[in-house]
Amino acid sequence: MNQIIGNISLLGAAPIFNLGLLIDGLLIGSIFALAAYGLALVWGVMNVKNLAQGDFIMIGGYLTWYLGRLGIHPLFGVPVAFVVLWGIGWVIYRTVISKVIARDLFTSLLATFGVAIVIQQGLNIAFGPDTQSAQADLPTWEFADGMITVTATRLIGFAFAAILAVVVILFMKNSRMGQAIRATAQDARAARVLGIDTEKVYSFTFSLNAGICGAAGALVAVVWNVQPFLGTTYSIRLFVVVTTAGFGNMPGVIAAGFGMGVFEQFGGFIFGAQFQQALIVVLLLIVLAVRQLQQLRVRQAVQ
Amino acid sequence: MNSTSVQPFTFLLLLLVGIAAPLLFPDYSNQIAVLWLMIIFALTWDIIGGQMGYNSLGNIFFFGAGMYISAIIQIGLFYDVGMYTSAARTTHIVFTNEQYFTGLLLGVAAAGVASAMLAVVIGLIVFGLRGPYFAIGTLGVAVAAAELIASWEWVGAASGISLPVFPGQPQSQKLFFYVLLFGLAFSLLLFLRWLYSTNFGLAINAIRDDEEKAEAMGLHTGRYKRSALIIAALFLGTAGAIFGNMTGFIEPRDIAFPTTTFNIFMVLMVLLGGKGTLWGPVVGAVIFHVIKEVTWTYFLGWQFVALGLLIVIIVVYFQQGIVGWLMEKYPERFGVQIAPKQGPSASGNIGLAVHPKAAE
Repeated sequence: MNQIIGNISLLGAAPIFNLGLLIDGLLIGSIFALAAYGLALVWGVMNVKNLAQGDFIMIGGYLTWYLGRLGIHPLFGVPVAFVVLWGIGWVIYRTVISKVIARDLFTSLLATFGVAIVIQQGLNIAFGPDTQSAQADLPTWEFADGMITVTATRLIGFAFAAILAVVVILFMKNSRMGQAIRATAQDARAARVLGIDTEKVYSFTFSLNAGICGAAGALVAVVWNVQPFLGTTYSIRLFVVVTTAGFGNMPGVIAAGFGMGVFEQFGGFIFGAQFQQALIVVLLLIVLAVRQLQQLRVRQAVQ
Repeated sequence: MNSTSVQPFTFLLLLLVGIAAPLLFPDYSNQIAVLWLMIIFALTWDIIGGQMGYNSLGNIFFFGAGMYISAIIQIGLFYDVGMYTSAARTTHIVFTNEQYFTGLLLGVAAAGVASAMLAVVIGLIVFGLRGPYFAIGTLGVAVAAAELIASWEWVGAASGISLPVFPGQPQSQKLFFYVLLFGLAFSLLLFLRWLYSTNFGLAINAIRDDEEKAEAMGLHTGRYKRSALIIAALFLGTAGAIFGNMTGFIEPRDIAFPTTTFNIFMVLMVLLGGKGTLWGPVVGAVIFHVIKEVTWTYFLGWQFVALGLLIVIIVVYFQQGIVGWLMEKYPERFGVQIAPKQGPSASGNIGLAVHPKAAE
């Protein structure tokens, strides 16, 4: 308890620390925003809540780490992870998701939970339970007499996330497929009537989401670390982000992703790293409780 | 064979099996005790998930809560809990016979009651959530509890607590906890059979079928939902306290709040057996547990991959469950039981299968 109060007073005494945490939070939040965008996409278009989202991220991370061990610079892992995860996403869509898409929501939730367990344990068997991190050998910059440190990897991670996000958003806005996806999200039946192959749209959306997660995972491996069972934490984080913003609200999702990053940096600093997971879950409960109070006022059935 | 004759017969058979099993297979009495625990899991999950249609992923919370509450009471009656947990790593602390049994009795009773009280609080938080939000919210409660206890030094944090050791031979210890778990499971089954035949059973089925409509018809849905959760929590908390004493050592992530094992098993067993039926969870639990115990040893290291695949397969391809499938296949067999005020077991979601003649 004393330590927590001490940490808070330290933040008050040295405002420059706040700035450092804020910058770190925003840089990391960009990765959350990216993966949350993918989750919101699948949620909005297919009405499937993908609990394996965090585990897709971990696969991407492990790919990058493995490439790094083979002597390939981890930043090349970003496109590789995107492509490989695209393939994995397509396979999972064909075998599992396409079977549960028309069923009730708990079914898809449970099915993706099963997929998540398979991925976690598969990674555990393949790479062991140790925490790994890809070494990028990039410099660290210091500002304000070492009070603020910005590592190049985080900055590059941010840039990659931003580029990927812009590409995906432009794609959704302008391309034929992007329009089809948005049409399906609005009304799948009407889209089918107008000649859109919704089955193709679904498989494309899910694969795209997996690819985005793969790229995000590559960045996670460079910026942070990967471990087989960390995936669940990411899934919960992303769920918090999307639930806070509402899945139809894409700018909101991205903003909430940044908010999540900042929240975690400050929370980790104040309470200590061992409470990190507990903090995220408690935040989830708070967000759900607040949402519930809002619904109570509107009093309507929510799917 | 109609329901009036088949039901008491099945209960009698189950009672005989329960008494005979540890005598016939004394080496396996622990595994069979865990089987009864699995049946408790499946039945309590089915109250909320099957009969009431609220698919929870966090029922394990009450199990772990009961376990910890009982442990704190058993130790706290005679020692300081904080000192006990820090000292237990180095020294062995002895409880007398009398201390052990008073502690156990009070601990188990308090675990059930306190879990039920926690259910009131949790119910207020989660029951406004619908569908997948409810599932995620309850999962969040369980994970949060595990994480918070794992960082709480007073109750031993992540390294757990060693409970008082049973005074007596290992054989009598096994038998003692077997009897407790079997008694709990059997009384739960009898209780649910009665419960589902009352208006309460009809009310929670109505909530499952259409909550808005049930409310419009004048049901106090909130009250029913909370009561159902309290019943589930009461039994889960008691089971947790007993199981904690049976293993003798409790720890937050893998024993008290195992979100990826027991917690998922309960959902799977119910789906496998057929949700929304009285016997489905029992059938599912038995089959699941036997398959698990037999194959676990062959899949060593891969068992959780197998578990994940099993989840996907059951959920994707076989969702109505064994009893549900039987009901669809032989509706007239079960049609008899759907007659009003007869048997509760067929009041499940296969209501379509009512045979008009049989229902009379």
